[in-house]
Parts: sequence; structure tokens; C-alpha cells
Amino acid sequence: MPEIKVTPLGAGQDVGRNCILVSIGGKHIMLDCGMHMGYNDDRRFPDFSYITQNGRLTEFLDCVIISHFHLDHCGALPYMSEMVGYDGPIYMTHPTKAICPILLEDFRKITVDKRGETNFFTSQMIKDCMKKVVPINLHQTVQVDDELEIKAYYAGHVLGAAMVQIKVGAESVVYTGDYNMTPDRHLGAAWIDKCRPDILISESTYATTIRDSKRCRERDFLKKVHDAVERGGKVLIPVFALGRAQELCILLETFWERMNLKAPIYFSTGLTEKANHYYKLFITWTNQKIRKTFVQRNMFEFKHIKPFDRSYADNPGPMVVFATPGMLHAGQSLQIFKKWAGSEKNMVIMPGYCVQGTVGHKILNGQRKLELEGRATLEVKLQVEYMSFSAHADAKGIMQLIRMAEPRNILLVHGEAKKMEFLKDKIEQEFNVSCYMPANGETTTVETNPSVPVDISLNLLKREMAVGGPLPDPKKPRTLHGTLIMKDNSLRLVSPDQALKELGLSEHQLRFTCRVQLQDPHSDADTLTRIFTHLKSVLKAYAIQHLPDGTVMVESIVIKVSSTAEEPNVKVILLSWSYQDEELGSFLSTLLKKGLPAGL
Amino acid sequence: MMAAHLKKRVYEEFSKTVVQQHPLEEVPAKKLRLTKPSKSAALHLDLCKATNSTDALQYLLHFARKPVEVESVEGVIRILLEHYYKKETDTSVRLKIASLLGLLSKTQGFTPDCIVDDAISTLNNEKSHQVLAQLLDTLLVIGTQLPDSVAITQRLIEVACKHLSDTYFGVRNKCLQLLGCLGTVDKPLTKDSDATTGLPGTPIRDVQSVISDYFADQDPRVRTAAIKAMLQLHDRGMKIQQTIYNQACKLLNDDYEQVRSAAVQMVWVLSQLYPESIVPIPSSNEEIRLVDDSFGKVSHMVSDGSWVVRVQAAKLLGSMLQVSPHFLEQTLDKKLMSDLRRKRTAHERAKELYASGEFSSGRRWADDAPKERVDTSGVNLIDSGACGAFVHGLEDEMYEVRIAAVEALCSLAQSSVSFATKCLDFLVDMFNDEIEEVRLQSIHALRQISTNITLREDQLDVVLAVLEDSSRDIREALHELLCYTNVSTKECIQLALLELLKNLTKYPSDRNSVWKCLRFLGVRHPTLVLPLVPELLSTHPYFDTPEPDMDDPAYIAVLVLVFNSAKACPTMSALFSDHTFRHYAYLQDSLSHLVPQLRLPGKKLISGLGSEVCGLVSGSVESARLFLQDSLARVSMLQSLEAPGAQDLLDFTIRDLQRLGELQTELAGSADFCATYLRCQLLLTKALQEKLWSMAVPLCLKQNAMASAAVKQILEETYKLEFLYSGLETRQVATIHHVRLQAKALQLVLTARTKRGVDPLISVCEKFIQEVESFQRLFMSELSHFQDSFVEKLLELMPRLVACKPLDLVKILHTTLRQSGFLHLKIPEQIHRASAIIIEPTGESDNPLRFTTGLVVALDIDATLEHVQDHQSTVKVEVLYPDGQAHIIHPKPGDFRHPGPGRVRLITQVYLSHSAWTEPCQLEVRLLLAYSSSTCKLSTPKPAWNESTEGLPQAESSIEGTIPLSKPVKVFIMPKLARR
Repeated sequence: MPEIKVTPLGAGQDVGRNCILVSIGGKHIMLDCGMHMGYNDDRRFPDFSYITQNGRLTEFLDCVIISHFHLDHCGALPYMSEMVGYDGPIYMTHPTKAICPILLEDFRKITVDKRGETNFFTSQMIKDCMKKVVPINLHQTVQVDDELEIKAYYAGHVLGAAMVQIKVGAESVVYTGDYNMTPDRHLGAAWIDKCRPDILISESTYATTIRDSKRCRERDFLKKVHDAVERGGKVLIPVFALGRAQELCILLETFWERMNLKAPIYFSTGLTEKANHYYKLFITWTNQKIRKTFVQRNMFEFKHIKPFDRSYADNPGPMVVFATPGMLHAGQSLQIFKKWAGSEKNMVIMPGYCVQGTVGHKILNGQRKLELEGRATLEVKLQVEYMSFSAHADAKGIMQLIRMAEPRNILLVHGEAKKMEFLKDKIEQEFNVSCYMPANGETTTVETNPSVPVDISLNLLKREMAVGGPLPDPKKPRTLHGTLIMKDNSLRLVSPDQALKELGLSEHQLRFTCRVQLQDPHSDADTLTRIFTHLKSVLKAYAIQHLPDGTVMVESIVIKVSSTAEEPNVKVILLSWSYQDEELGSFLSTLLKKGLPAGL
Repeated sequence: MMAAHLKKRVYEEFSKTVVQQHPLEEVPAKKLRLTKPSKSAALHLDLCKATNSTDALQYLLHFARKPVEVESVEGVIRILLEHYYKKETDTSVRLKIASLLGLLSKTQGFTPDCIVDDAISTLNNEKSHQVLAQLLDTLLVIGTQLPDSVAITQRLIEVACKHLSDTYFGVRNKCLQLLGCLGTVDKPLTKDSDATTGLPGTPIRDVQSVISDYFADQDPRVRTAAIKAMLQLHDRGMKIQQTIYNQACKLLNDDYEQVRSAAVQMVWVLSQLYPESIVPIPSSNEEIRLVDDSFGKVSHMVSDGSWVVRVQAAKLLGSMLQVSPHFLEQTLDKKLMSDLRRKRTAHERAKELYASGEFSSGRRWADDAPKERVDTSGVNLIDSGACGAFVHGLEDEMYEVRIAAVEALCSLAQSSVSFATKCLDFLVDMFNDEIEEVRLQSIHALRQISTNITLREDQLDVVLAVLEDSSRDIREALHELLCYTNVSTKECIQLALLELLKNLTKYPSDRNSVWKCLRFLGVRHPTLVLPLVPELLSTHPYFDTPEPDMDDPAYIAVLVLVFNSAKACPTMSALFSDHTFRHYAYLQDSLSHLVPQLRLPGKKLISGLGSEVCGLVSGSVESARLFLQDSLARVSMLQSLEAPGAQDLLDFTIRDLQRLGELQTELAGSADFCATYLRCQLLLTKALQEKLWSMAVPLCLKQNAMASAAVKQILEETYKLEFLYSGLETRQVATIHHVRLQAKALQLVLTARTKRGVDPLISVCEKFIQEVESFQRLFMSELSHFQDSFVEKLLELMPRLVACKPLDLVKILHTTLRQSGFLHLKIPEQIHRASAIIIEPTGESDNPLRFTTGLVVALDIDATLEHVQDHQSTVKVEVLYPDGQAHIIHPKPGDFRHPGPGRVRLITQVYLSHSAWTEPCQLEVRLLLAYSSSTCKLSTPKPAWNESTEGLPQAESSIEGTIPLSKPVKVFIMPKLARR
């Protein structure tokens, strides 16, 4: 049996360091090549020595596919391609290709320039790595080589995020990357057709969560901001540069527009400005509203949101500031926070999850006094709000995607083991398909039952059609006689005569004969007539002939009756049929063994 | 044989004139009939000339561009068929011929039964699948043209059944379509069952089971066609069997979206046909009602992969009103879970917070922290059936789906109060959608269900937040909503008032709308307003507070609220201070539509007249209606208007009616209509007065002028009567046309008197006779009501009129006019006068609108229209410049909004431009109602063949004109010369 093997090098029962190896139909593909946020040692990159102990990876991998630009999906790419060594194609979508190097460069700067690490990839390596990238479009089928083809589907999540279908012959695997089934203010919902893959490799970050409607969250967020601004307070929203930041910007921008508000909104500069530029360019990847209205106005050309300057933080009056980073652990967001923390009118809104140990985490847990470096304490008087804006599919979303794709097997990655367990049970229960959740380095093998294409000769097909009614019924299988020729790596189904001719063989006839004894007082000729009428009543749809030479023909089956002079009442019925009519022949023999009905 | 026949026919048609001589004696006169050069002949020549198939195709394509007259259709068809039989080997030409056959069969007046045989026989000999499909299409056309012929229908159905097994999907498609369109409703498919029972393997089957076989076809297009055919049967009134239900449900999981889309419709149809029958739930022993089962299935499709299917499913959900409440409420259900712990939704939390008395939302992180642990086996991640359908639909990516979901939610909520309360939160959430259309739709939806519900304070808060929206449509929709809203506490009233006043300061142009909104708020919640009154009017038990500024819109707003609630709450006036009474009197006068009549203690501040009016208004509409009927009855006593005193009576009645219209707005339409009609009659009578006509012609120039002025006025008024009022019945239209006819007759008589010579009269007379004929044609059914009237007499004299000389005609007309009686008017039940008010520009501005000559300036127009029919095509804006130039502007269809039933709002921009002036000057803007007499209430049939109407004469010489619909508004403008 052919099989598909999946081995996670990262993200197996874990979040971060996404890297999954897939072997399908003799092809080896690496899906994502990410880093782990939680580690600063060797564990941050996937263990490529699993693939080969020494030397380059090029000969072991047919291609690498990157689903989107988040570092836990592409952070290890330059390391793998330039330092370990890989020269094959790397596939990613256009926006990912554009934004990915910016984030990699930023990552490199922090690690090398700030932390002073050596033996890390250089800017040049990032550039060299990006040269190996082949951009793909949504729904475009890319032929990697003669047999391997890949196709990207829209995944929501972040700009340019894609799900990929990998196909070799009739076998296929779908890898979702990160995806979102509910649309948000700037991106649409993930979508896939009923491609029925052998394995669906799905993320499962929110395996045990069913989220509330996004509208409530949005409304709450807007109301909080609006109220604070109306009171004359300042609002700080710590964000990471890409993804949620754009969503929140659009949300506030449209709200300001709708409500005719005048308070200024600032966006801290740097990375984000560059990123906004790409959002402007890749308008086709955004949601329906932005796509439809960009002719009048590109939604990412913000009217109310202006770049932030350090000095603005002291300006009087209300304002809203988006500042990086998102967890208030360093940088501009922390500086602004320190300035504003003293006033009750002000507010900080944390739009996402905060790691333990960060200022963000502390204030969210209600800590009102913060210790800063240099023994100073900071009293937190401003309001602290928490709003969850996450772009991963929740449990329902995952189920919805499974229903859309109708896979034969499911494999969960990118989630915590305990939560996966729950979802796994649910999936097996609801869809009745097997579900796997391998740990890192553990290989899952799935046997496939691919359909093998066979060329059928047109003559054979036409003849079959002529025999068995005009239209094949798709719901019922139908048998036909033919000869399968396996020659030169190809399979062909032809009629027996043609096969004989092609192979230069002569035909052997195979005939079965059978004697059936019957007790019958009539003469031989009468018995035959009785058999003839009996068969006629039983086999209505068959051609039955009574030939003058004392035989009955049912299709090609010959029936003769004879008796010996000593026992005229014991009739011996001779049945003879060819191999092709085996079925009918054996039916007739059993039928006649039962004897003739008395009524005749 | 056939060819010879054809040739003969062609030569016959070649000759341009055919002199038909009838030897029979009944028709003594010889008639000359002109025929145009026959098309069939031309076609025959062309096709003969064609040397190859490309040429032939070209000729056919060329030929198809022009219409064919009814008489020659059959000839053309014969030629086409001949060509088809004999020469044609190319499939594309055969295809074109087949399609032409279909097209020709549609010609009006042609009965295609004669070509059925030929079409079927060609079908039997045809090998190409494409041509076969086209021929079946032709048969379909023929079949639909001959719905009454049972025999032909039966034959066509047999043909369709025969070809159903074709291998080409197109042929199967067409066969199914044919079965769907023609399949007989009551009979089994095979015609004579006796004959068929003998043959084995062909049991008698009805159309439905034949079609349903193809639900499982291998081609998705055929599956779609099969479902559509079934739906077509349903549309034709055939009852679809319930057995189809299971098959249709299976198709809901098809791989192809068009199949799913059709299947959703099929399931919906069946759910409407058999709502109460019981179906088993698979994998359990339970059974549920079919409508519930299908509701679940359609709900499931709301999360389909294709948005087209999602839209359809969401729309259909709205019309499944018989569904059980249990299932209905599931659609809004979405159990939340976080880390396997049950979480309450934001809606539930808001409700709880509200119940516990604490309003502001929590400030702690994770105040939505999950509480109890969820039993893992109990969590159902896949929604069974209806669960959360609307939650999905309202969150959909495509706004089309969201709008459909909102509409469905609205119609379901209207039929179920408990569901209305449940869906409230979801609708309120939609106020925050990113697409304005969706926001607007959800506000409208909430307005429609708001009679059923009472808003909680936190909900009201969310609703009111939208008042700050910069879109005017949204704000006005919200005002409209607030007019119908019930709130629960006095805090709500206070909140609403506060937000509305905020809105007023932010958008002063919303003044009228805000006032109106407060008026209804006051009327609806008098008891809630009462405790707020001292605070609202800022009165103090001991101190006199300063008198507020009477011109402050915010103060007026507060007063409107207070006065309206005071109407139902007589104790409230005790809380008013002196200046409040004074302000009341002022507002009662200046804003009478917003401030009701109050019975104030002592009536000391109200003038005597006020209370009198008050009494009259409080009298019911019924008494006014009685008065109207009485007045009309009195008038109808009059036999002739010549009688002494009759005209005076008429005069008084007109005056009474006009006054009644002013007082009783409900009856304004009827009263005005009657008054106008009576005025027309009066004018006509005066113009026909004896002494005027007895004078010698040269002496009565002045009277002539007067009479012709009267004619002109009557004509104008009749057009107003016809087009300005809605709700007219045919009888009234006929009466109006009758008056117009009289006026025209009078006009003719006047022309005859003033003009010398007969020549100009001839054409005028002919035209008049045509009009009489068209009157007879249009109002054939109404003629019985016109006894003893002008037109009846005319119709009696018709044979004489047609033959006689113009001058005689004039004489006859004159006498008939004078002899004919006074035709009484029957008032229709519901009649409304179209009217419009321009709200903006107000015409009060002293600052001229300055712009550079040669360039344009956009002027915002905002007007409300009432009872205007077909407003998108009839309402125009007229701009009248001081130099007499007038421009008429057609507003775009998108400029009309529909804030409520019967009302339309026009918000548009007109572009002004002019050459330079030295002084600023005023131009006038007003709305017009355009009409054209050819588009009068009775529609005329449209030509059917192709799209071309060339060569067809206009049905009637149409008279187009405009009626002013609103008062003109002055706008001050100043075009300046461009500076160099």
C-alpha cells in the first residue's frame, strides 16, 4: 500500500517553531520553517539533523512551502537555506515574500545587535534566501516537478496567509498553516473547496475554545475608546507591528469617520509604516469591503491616523496611540505607558495575550504598583482593559474547515497536547475519520488507497456502452470483461482479442460441461421442450432458442437431453458453456438440478 | 410535391399587390390590400444563392435581425425546413435554423401547431447533439405557445422522455426543461395506460418520478436542470410529492454549488407544502415535523462554502414561519467555551450586569473568565441543524449574506414575540457593521419588530450610540426607529433625550427629524416622562428660573417631548411654569404638527378659537367622512347644472370640501379630488352657457377667449386628477377621461367658430373621433356607468359622425355637449394626493451661493414625497432662472430613499450654472410630476418579436407634460466672472 508520512520537527503538540516534513508519493516537502519564541538557544530552530546528519538538505527535500510571514512559521528559513544549506525552491505567496524579509531583518537585528549573539544569519543571507523564493498566487496550481503540484487557498489570519494543497498523483495533503474562519475588519475568512485530501494538517491553537461573536468584541472596544476620548483621556493600545494592528487601525479609522470624531490617533512609526505600505499594495488579499471600496479610497490610507512623534505624548487633550511592542515589556509602548499611568482619565487597552513577566501581564492581573529599574515605583491609576482579538480559528472554525474539505484523515499540529486530545476525540466522533496528533520527531504514517488510472480502449468502452444500456449509473459499479496490459510503466485495458493480437498469443477456448440427471417420464424431445418453456419463463431477459437439431441455446450455452435405453425415465441433461458465460452456466446447472416444475 | 407547393407560395408572395376579388355577394366592394415585399421570398432567394454553409449562416444571421410579419411566418418556416432537410450538412447552420424556428414561433398572432410535426420529425433524424438540444428548445417554445392543446403537449412530452437518455448533457437539460414546463399536472405521463401495460419494463410513471430520476445524474448541470424542472412544475401549480424530499436533501451535500443552490429551493418548497408531516431523524428513533427538519437543513446551508448558496439559504429561512419556536431559537444559540469551560456570551453578561444593577462593564481582565467545567462529551462542536445559523449568517464575510440574514431575522421576529426579544441583541450588534447598507437594514429591521419588544437600558445605549453616525440616512433611520421604540425606565427616556440633544448640536440639520422623534417618544411614554418634567423644564419649587430662549432648537425639543406626553397625562400641566404656557401657545401655532392640543387648566391662555378647533379636530374622522358624503350626495341630486341655484350649490360644495381637506388630513385626498372634479364641471357648464352661444360670432370674441381659457384649465385639471392622485379605480379614470373628452369637444367647437375655412378642421375632427374610439376601447367595461352622458350619446351617433362633414360634426358636438347631463362622481375608498415638500434649501438664506461662471455649483436638495407612484421615473426637479430659462433635472434612482411606508425621500444634488450677473439674484427650485398620456393607468401590450419596434406605429399620440408637485423654493445665487 502506498503511504504518506508526516513528521513534525516543530509544532507537534506545541505552539511555535512550525516545521513539518511530509513524504508523499516519493516526494519530500517541508511545510513552514519557523522559530520558537520561547527559547534563545538551539531549541529555537527545528532540528534539521533529523533530515540528514551532515551535508546539505537540497537532495533530501523537493520543496519548502511557507504559509505566512509570522516568525514562528518562517523564522528559521535563512538558517536552513544558507547555513544548513538548501538550494531548492521555496514557495510563498506574494505578500509573504514582501513582508517576510522585513520581519527576518528585524529579528536578526534584535538577536545580533541587541543581544550580541554571533553565529547567526546575516542580512546578506536573508537576501540570498529570498532569491530562492518562488511566489505563488491563490488557486494557482504550481507544478514543482512532473508529479508534484501545489495549490494555495486563502487562509485569513494575516495578509498573505495561505493554506496549501500538495498533490502527487491521486494522493494529496492539505496544510492549513494558521487560519481564521471568521472574517475581520481587514481580512476575509479562510476557504477551501471540497478537495477531499488524504490528510488535512490543521493548526489547533484554540482547540477547546468557542468564541463569542466578533461584533460584541468590536463594539466593546470602540465603546471603551470612545468613552475615554470623550472624557478627555488618552488611550494607549500596545500592539505588535503586523496583523492585529492593522485590524484595529481600520476599526478605529472607520469609527472615527462614522462618528465624525476629531481626537487624533497616532501610530508609532518604523516597522509599521513599511508594513502598512504592503497592506496598501496587496488589496486583493483583504476582505470584501476593502476590496470593493479601494477604487474610491484605499482603506489603508488612513485619514485620521498619523505617525507618532515622541513629543506628542505630552500634548494636552485626548488622543489614541498605537505603540509597539504589544506586551508592554520594552520600547515605545512602555515609555508612553509610564507617562500616562498616573492619570485616572487615561486608559490602556491590551488587545492580545501577554506572556508572564511582562508589564502587560502584571497590570492585567490587577497589579497597581509596578517596580521599575532603579527602585522607582510606578503607581498605575489608569484604566486597564483587555480585549481579545485573535485571528485563529476556534474549535467550531476547525470543524467547519474539516467539513468543507472532507479529508480522509486529520492531523493536528500547533496546539497544546491536552487541548488537541479533546478536539481529536470530537473529530473522530463527529466525522468518523481517524485523527492524529504526533509529537515533534514522531512520524505518522497514513496508508492511502489511491485510485490507479488505467487507459481503456475506446472500442471496448463503446462496445460496453452498446451492450449495457445508454448511460452508466454513477451510483452502481459495473463489471466488464477486458484484459489489463501492464507494459512500459503504463496500464491499459483492452478487449481480449486485441490483447491477444498485441501480444502475439493464440486464443484458448475453455469450455465447461456438466451433466444433470433428471427423472422425467416424457420422451427426450418433450423433455427438451419442457426445459425450453421452463427456462423461457425463468430467464425473461435472455435469448433462448430451440434449435431444430435437438438443442436449446441460452445465449451461448448448449443444452442437450439424452437418455439410455435401459432407463428411459432418467434423462441426462448435458450443459456446456464457455468460460465467459461461467456465471449463467452455473446458474443454469443449479436451476436444472432442482428439476422441472410439475405444472409443465 | 412539397417543393412545388413551396415554389408556388413564394411566387404568390412575390407580387407586391394582391388584388383580391371576392365573387361572393356579401362583400360587394373591392378591397385593395397592400402587402410589403415578403421576407420569406427574400430568404428563399438568399438561401438558394448560398453556395456554402458559411454563406448560408451569414444570410440567416442577417435575416434574424429583422422582424417577420405574421402572415409570412409560416412560409419562412417552410423554407427553413426545406433547407434543413435537403441541403444542409453543416451543424452550425442547422443549429441556427433550429433556433430561428423557435424565434419565429414566438411571433405574435402565429399559432405554431402546424410545425410541430416537422420539428419532431427533424428531431428524429438529427445526429448532432447540439442541434438536438436546440430543436428541443424550439419545441419548448412551441409548447409554451400552445398551452391548451393537450394532444401536442402529450406528444412533446413523449419526445422529451425519449431523448432523456441522450449522452449529451445539453439534450438531457432541455428535455427536463420541457418536462418541467409542459408536464401535465393531473395525468400520468404515458397517454393511454392500457397500451403500455402490455410492454414489460415500461411501467406507467408520472412526470415527477421521471424527473426525479435525474436528481442522481452524473452531470451536475443535468442535476440542476432536474431540480429546476421540478420547481417549474411547482410553479405551475403541480403538487410535488413528498417522496422527493429525501432526494432533495441528499442533493444539499452535492459538490457543485448550482446544484446545492437549486436543492435548497427544492427543500424549501417541500417544507411549505408539507410542513406538518412527520419525518424520521436518521440514526435515532425520533421523528420531527418536516418543516422543522428542513429548517435545520436550510440553516445548515448558511455555513456553506459558496456564498451564493449562503445568501439563498439565509433568505429562505426568513419565510419558514411555521417552524417550531424551539428550533427557531436554536438559530441564535452559540455555546461559548474557553479551555473547555463554559463561558457566558457578552449578551448574557450584559443582561446579568443590568439585572444586578451595575451598569458599567467590567474593568478586570478576564471578567469573562469561564466558570463551570464543561462535560466534554456534552459539547457538540458540529452544529446539528439550526444551531447558530443566524450567528454564522450575521458574521459572514459577504455583506450580501449578512443583509439576507438580517432580513430573515426580521421577518421571523415579526411572527414570534419571544424570538423577537431573543434576536434583539444580535440586531443591535449589527448596528456596528462595516457596511452602511447592512447597518441601515438592521435599523429598519429593528424598527419593524419594535412593536413587539421593549428595549433595556444597555441595549438602548448601544442603539443611541449610532446617533452620532455621520451618515444622514443612518441617523434618520434611527430617529424613525426611536419613534416606534418602547423603553422600560425613565432613565431610558433621559438617556434618549440626552443623546438626541447631542445629535442636535452636532448635526443641526436633523432638527425636524429629532423633534418628530421626541414627539413620538412623548406620546408613547407619558408616565415615564412625568417624573422627569421638573428637571427637563428646570423648574424649581422656590426660585424662579430664567426663561429659556424660545429659539433654541434644544429647548423646543424638550418642550415637544413634554407637551406630547402631557396630552395623556393631565396632571403634568400643574408642573409647568408661566413661561411654559406662553411657549406652548407659541409652539402650538408655529409647529402645530409637533405640538398637540392640550386641555390646560382654566384655558386662560388659549384663545377661544383654539378650543373650537380643538373640538372639531377631536371629532372623529367618521363625522368628517359623513360630511363629505353628504355634500356629494347633495350635489348628486342635481340633474342638470343649468338649473337655477345649481351653480351656487356647486360653488359652496367646492368651498366646503376644500376647507374639509385642510382640517382633516386623512380625507384631504378625497376632498381635494372631489372639489377639483366639481370645479371642472362648473367651468364646463359656465363655458357652455346659453347666452354666450346665441350671440353672433363676431360679437363674442371676449366670451370665446373666456371659454377657451376654461377649456385649457379643465384639461390641465383633468391631467392633475389623473396623475396626481393614487388609489384611483378604473371608473374614476374613465370619469376623468370623460371630462377631458368634453373639454376637447368644446375646444373643437370653439376652433370651428373662430377659424375660417374647413381645411384645418378636418384633421382636428379626425383626431377627436380617434380619441372617442380609444375611450371606447379603453373603458369598454365601464361604459354601463355612463348612461345619459356625453360619451354615450356620441357613441350612439358614431356611424353618423364618421361619415359627416366637419361642420356638421361640430354642430352635433355642440348640441350633445349641451344636452348631456352631469356625470356624478363615485369617491373611491382610498385616495391620496401626491405631494412633496422641499426641506432643503429652505429659501431663507441671505448669503448668495457664489460660483464662477462657466463652472457648476452643486445645490443639495432634500425633499419628502408622499403618495407618489412610480416616483423614480416621474419626479423631476425644475430649476427656474430669473431670465426665464428653465432646466429640468432627472434625479437618479439611487437618490430616492424609503424611510417608511408610503413615504419617499429625495436627496439629490442639482448642478447650477449661468453666465455672469452683476447682482445676486434668486432662482426657483421646485419638483414636478411628469406624466404622459400614453402611459396612462391602463398598460398597452408591448411588441414581442425581437427587440425592435421599428415600423410599428405609436399606439396613441401621447401628450406629455408636467404638474407642479411642490411649492417653489427660492435660492440666492451669484455667478461671478472668472478672475484672470
